[in-house]
Amino acid sequence: MSSRPELQAPPEIFYDDSEARKYTSSSRIAEIQAKLSERALELLALPDDGIPRLLLDIGCGSGLSGETITENGHQWIGLDISPSMLNVALQNEVEGDLLLGDMGQGLGLRPGVVDGAISISAVQWLCNADKSSHEPRLRLKAFFGSLYRCLARGTRAVLQVYPENLTQRELILSYAMRAGFAGGVVVDYPHSTKRRKEYLVLTCGPPSLSTAAPLGKGEDGESCSDDESSGDEENQTVSISDRHRPRKKQKINKKGKGREWVLRKKEQMRRKGNAVPPDTKYTARKRKARF
Amino acid sequence: MRLLTHNMLSSNIKGVANGFPLRIEVEKVVEKEVEINHDFLRNIFPKIDWKALSDASRIMGYHELPEEPPEPSVLEADIEFLRKFHHALLELHLEEGALLCPESGRKFPVNKGIPNMLLLEDEV
Repeated sequence: MSSRPELQAPPEIFYDDSEARKYTSSSRIAEIQAKLSERALELLALPDDGIPRLLLDIGCGSGLSGETITENGHQWIGLDISPSMLNVALQNEVEGDLLLGDMGQGLGLRPGVVDGAISISAVQWLCNADKSSHEPRLRLKAFFGSLYRCLARGTRAVLQVYPENLTQRELILSYAMRAGFAGGVVVDYPHSTKRRKEYLVLTCGPPSLSTAAPLGKGEDGESCSDDESSGDEENQTVSISDRHRPRKKQKINKKGKGREWVLRKKEQMRRKGNAVPPDTKYTARKRKARF
Repeated sequence: MRLLTHNMLSSNIKGVANGFPLRIEVEKVVEKEVEINHDFLRNIFPKIDWKALSDASRIMGYHELPEEPPEPSVLEADIEFLRKFHHALLELHLEEGALLCPESGRKFPVNKGIPNMLLLEDEV
């Protein structure tokens, strides 16, 4: 099983000249990147008015995703940490402007100037502590904070990620929420190990009325028609998490709070240091109505 | 790097209160013709910091832009103005040079049109 690139070296070292060449000359990779970029643009839900927008491409690499943006008629600014990858983008004469920078240091853009942001296979790199001074949480905070600021109200960021595990996914999502984003994760082909792709769809500010929760692909016959269908109708997996934390669930049924709950509460009080009567067989026993 | 991008870029250095706009040091400017899109120009205009754009274009050698921002009605009617706006925003490229933080003076070099915005450990 091949190791994840994120575990081998920091991105500016992993994506050196030879890797950059490999990455860009592989037609399979190019095709996948194009598909991911098209899907990300789709999830951006830009208004269908024919007006070109200014988008951000985070981790633009060799410009494969940027080319998709150009093909869709928009302007873009790309940011990447690997000089080798950016050199390839230059050779490809991409239309967007390129910046050599580290997203974990903050994006350095003026507030509210960008109409949308996409990122293909890049944000999970933030979760690694490559240098001793790198604290992933600080980097995630700087990234999402600056991303939130530079987006115009009501616009979106769509980040296609490859989280290593559930913890990483939760970490990324939690820092996005802390920065003020609303939104959730859209999963395409959730049951196919090969085709499964995750997109963080984040909205900056109050969503417009026309914003409906995007459906993950692979949940109806239409989306699957041009791929070899595995036959089963996969369910959409969309978790919409709001900034406001969900209320704590309380198990209250018709019979009241139950003996276990009472015992737990009494134990809590004891730990706090309160004087609590001892637990006996009479604890939380059902009393007569007129007790 | 086009002036569209320069107009959005700010210095991110720790301790700097206002890192915008970055001062431009020109070594080489290239002009690349690009198809004009009036819708894009009208849409992006409210986001542009006009003074920064006007000053920057002058440093890059283009003196056609007015110093004062135009009235929005000008954008609707004046095609000639739109052409100048388009030229300054999208057709002037800083190929070699540097961008300087207005407060700290720290240089961000620009090579082959790509600004190096990487911060050092103590600047984050």
